[in-house]
Amino acid sequence: MSSLLEVRDLTVQLKMDAGPREVITGTSLDIGEGEAMGLVGESGSGKSMTAKAIARLLPDGATVTGSVTFDGTDVLALSGDALLKHRAQVAVVFQDPRAHINPVRRISDFMTESLRILDDVPKAEAVRKAAAALDEVGIDDPGKRLKQFPHELSGGMLQRVMIATALLSEPRLLLADECTTALDVTTQAEVMAILDDLRRDRGLSMLFITHDLELAGAVCDRTCVMYAGQIVETSAASRLHEDPLHPYSAALVQARPDISSTAERLVAIPGRPVSAFEAPSGCRFAPRCPHSLDSCRSTDQVLTDLDGGVVRCGRATDLRGNLLDGAHV
Amino acid sequence: MLRFIARRGAMLVATLLVASFAIYGALYLAPGSPIAALTGGRTVPPEVMAQLEARYHLNEPFLTRYWIWLTSALHGDLGESIPLHEQVSTLIAQRIGVTISLVLLTSVIIIVVGVGLGIVGALGRGTVDTGVLFASTVSAALPAFAAAVLLQFVFGVMLGWFPVLGTGDGFVDGLRHLTLPALALAATSVALVTRVTRTAVREELGREHVQTAISRGLPWSGVVQRHVLRNAAIPITTVVGITIASLIALAAIVETAFGLNGLGAYLVQAAQNKDFAVVQGISLVLVFAFVITNVVIDIAYALLDPRVTLGSRAQ
Amino acid sequence: MSTEILDPVAEAEESAPSRRRLSRIGVIGWVSIAIIALALLLAIFGPILRPFDPNLSDLSFANVGPFGSHLLGFDGQGRDVLSRIMEGARTTVLGAGFVALIAVAIGTTLAIATAWFGGKFDASVSAGLDVLFAFPGILLAVVAAAVFGPSLLSAGLALAIAYSPYVARVLRGAALKERAMTYIAALEVQGFGAWRLCVRHLLPNISSLIVAQGTILFGFAMVDLAAISFLGLGVQSPQADWGVMVSEGKTSLLQGYPIVSLTAVLCIVAVVAAVSFLGERLDASSKDVLR
Repeated sequence: MSSLLEVRDLTVQLKMDAGPREVITGTSLDIGEGEAMGLVGESGSGKSMTAKAIARLLPDGATVTGSVTFDGTDVLALSGDALLKHRAQVAVVFQDPRAHINPVRRISDFMTESLRILDDVPKAEAVRKAAAALDEVGIDDPGKRLKQFPHELSGGMLQRVMIATALLSEPRLLLADECTTALDVTTQAEVMAILDDLRRDRGLSMLFITHDLELAGAVCDRTCVMYAGQIVETSAASRLHEDPLHPYSAALVQARPDISSTAERLVAIPGRPVSAFEAPSGCRFAPRCPHSLDSCRSTDQVLTDLDGGVVRCGRATDLRGNLLDGAHV
Repeated sequence: MLRFIARRGAMLVATLLVASFAIYGALYLAPGSPIAALTGGRTVPPEVMAQLEARYHLNEPFLTRYWIWLTSALHGDLGESIPLHEQVSTLIAQRIGVTISLVLLTSVIIIVVGVGLGIVGALGRGTVDTGVLFASTVSAALPAFAAAVLLQFVFGVMLGWFPVLGTGDGFVDGLRHLTLPALALAATSVALVTRVTRTAVREELGREHVQTAISRGLPWSGVVQRHVLRNAAIPITTVVGITIASLIALAAIVETAFGLNGLGAYLVQAAQNKDFAVVQGISLVLVFAFVITNVVIDIAYALLDPRVTLGSRAQ
Repeated sequence: MSTEILDPVAEAEESAPSRRRLSRIGVIGWVSIAIIALALLLAIFGPILRPFDPNLSDLSFANVGPFGSHLLGFDGQGRDVLSRIMEGARTTVLGAGFVALIAVAIGTTLAIATAWFGGKFDASVSAGLDVLFAFPGILLAVVAAAVFGPSLLSAGLALAIAYSPYVARVLRGAALKERAMTYIAALEVQGFGAWRLCVRHLLPNISSLIVAQGTILFGFAMVDLAAISFLGLGVQSPQADWGVMVSEGKTSLLQGYPIVSLTAVLCIVAVVAAVSFLGERLDASSKDVLR
């Protein structure tokens, strides 16, 4: 599997009132052709910013170092038309469709916009394609929906419109940023199934951002876990949630209700999540980690290979296999 | 849509009815009899008195007189100016052109300069934006009469570029005479429109749906036109409309300051001379224009924003 | 499927520090406060402290520029301009203050009454206010001048009435929100009367908004009153007033002697700019508080 996307040592600082703030520190990841990669972490971990850096959507004043290579092209160096073309190839499905679709334009306008403007597709044909795309994501009566305005559609339906629209422009990489978080549980499952099906049919690569490890496990090939702007673990999606190597991944697994077994109570992770710029030196998770030693706080942790994945924890080898049972010690 | 217009139309009629009643009633209550104004305070023979009373319906009860006034007003007859012995509608017709031209020219300035500067300020950051903010802050603090005096002094007296008084003859000369008044009338409004436009465009720029458009690889100009400006047009239209509506009354100040022969200046004169028929007539016309403008704003607002149920203007 | 793992903490990119606004009003804020303080002092003490009789006219000094103790020179009728500015502060500034006060009083009363009683009362008052919206303040003042004769009183009352629906509309929203609070219902159940609840609870809770509205209206009132006096329908010449002075000085200005009109314009603009700057700040912070 050749890499479609290569992110190397990506560091991002945002310009804020109080000065530059680091939100991503030295992140590297690869996504192969047709591969689905999960990116999991709490709010503020830098996962959305990673996606924005890949699509070149970072806010003004952000400073970026490292490299992002998409299909052999240096993404960070792009400008002008080449940048627009790159963005067209990387489709983003955002978290809140209601906010991310222009409320005063009709669905048909939203869906066919890039076809008409970027690909010069005649309007009638673009609308026909849009109707077909709506049909594919399971929306009844596409003709009627196309004439409606976003506020006349439900959230789940809008997110399907968003997915259909993203696929219409035949992108090569899909960035799904918490794309089901804002939906209610049953809708979430439907939308997820549609997204997964369509992606597999088209052999599309995907970066799937979520804070739900199990969801990532269900739809992704591999999963990265991010904490405080750093990747702390990457491994096969299915095993990450059964046998995590990093204490933070383990904590994420345990903080999540499990349908198959009844837990006494959910284990909340003590403390609050931090962003890269407020993270302590040494292991960034150490203050919240039940397994931390003094040495964890004093030395910066590096990513090391272990069991076919990589993990950023000095104690990973000691703790291997015991994280899920011994967590509340 | 039709139902909305019908309902708005009914409200309009009701408002105008009450407003006309208020205008007529207020002046009816005014101390001093119209007879005194007619005769200039001299004593007149009773038969002349009776004649005058009959002619101006002075002996009828109030409601009858209001009804006569209102129904004739609907036929374009606003009564007679007692001091001038002329039809009020004729007097209005002679002067309304100046006022309309003034308000139109001012509206053009407000839209072109106000909206234009607001967009430029919002899109071009840094120095450009600071410049726009500074200019709008200065002009916001300039009430129409103050701006009138300043413009007269700078462009009329010092530089001699524009006439400072009078209406002028013909189109070009008329326009020259209207330039300073329109600028004076526009000063505060341009500032308001600039600020609202700037904020609206800024807000839209930060919206998620604009980010979606950018993420799809649409060219910046397309994003700005199709999403930022299209959506910002909703609040901008509202504020431009409200501003233009307010010009209708404020025109009186500028017309007086520049000696323009318009409705507003004439209303002020009539108020000083207690020429009630003229005050009533012009007030009615101005209120009518003001209310109609507001209805147009409401309709435009509803047309621009599909989310509003017709008839509710956002605050 | 998934539940929030933890309380969502704002993503780093959204957590720009939000500051309370009034705590830092900056240089412009302090300058504004100074200007307003000076205007108030002039309004109260100006007529006492003025160096000369503002109405003493000596035509041989007509349009003579500043010299000696006549810091601003003389107007077209040979009257001392500085004295007239000091004398005129009273009608200009206090007049605007009274307009704002009356408008706020009417508007607040209507707002609280409609919010409290609701129903038919609210509907009919609101309908009445809608009609009043059809009368721009200036127009109402002109009509009032025609009916009662031109004077500061008639112009001021007309403006106050024209402004009151704006105040009422803004405050009614806030009062309605407060009215719907459960603590009000709880107190009502305990048998506290409407009057007590309105005065002791509703009113204090919307007071920051009332102050902000009053400040903004003060600016409007000063502009409009001066404009009406400028038109000759408010304060009557020869009584000193800044609006009257702009109009009195116009003949001289057109002859190339602008100091009278420009001084009066400058005074009005300075105070109005200061008031509107502070008013906007107050308004923004009161809305922060009410949110």
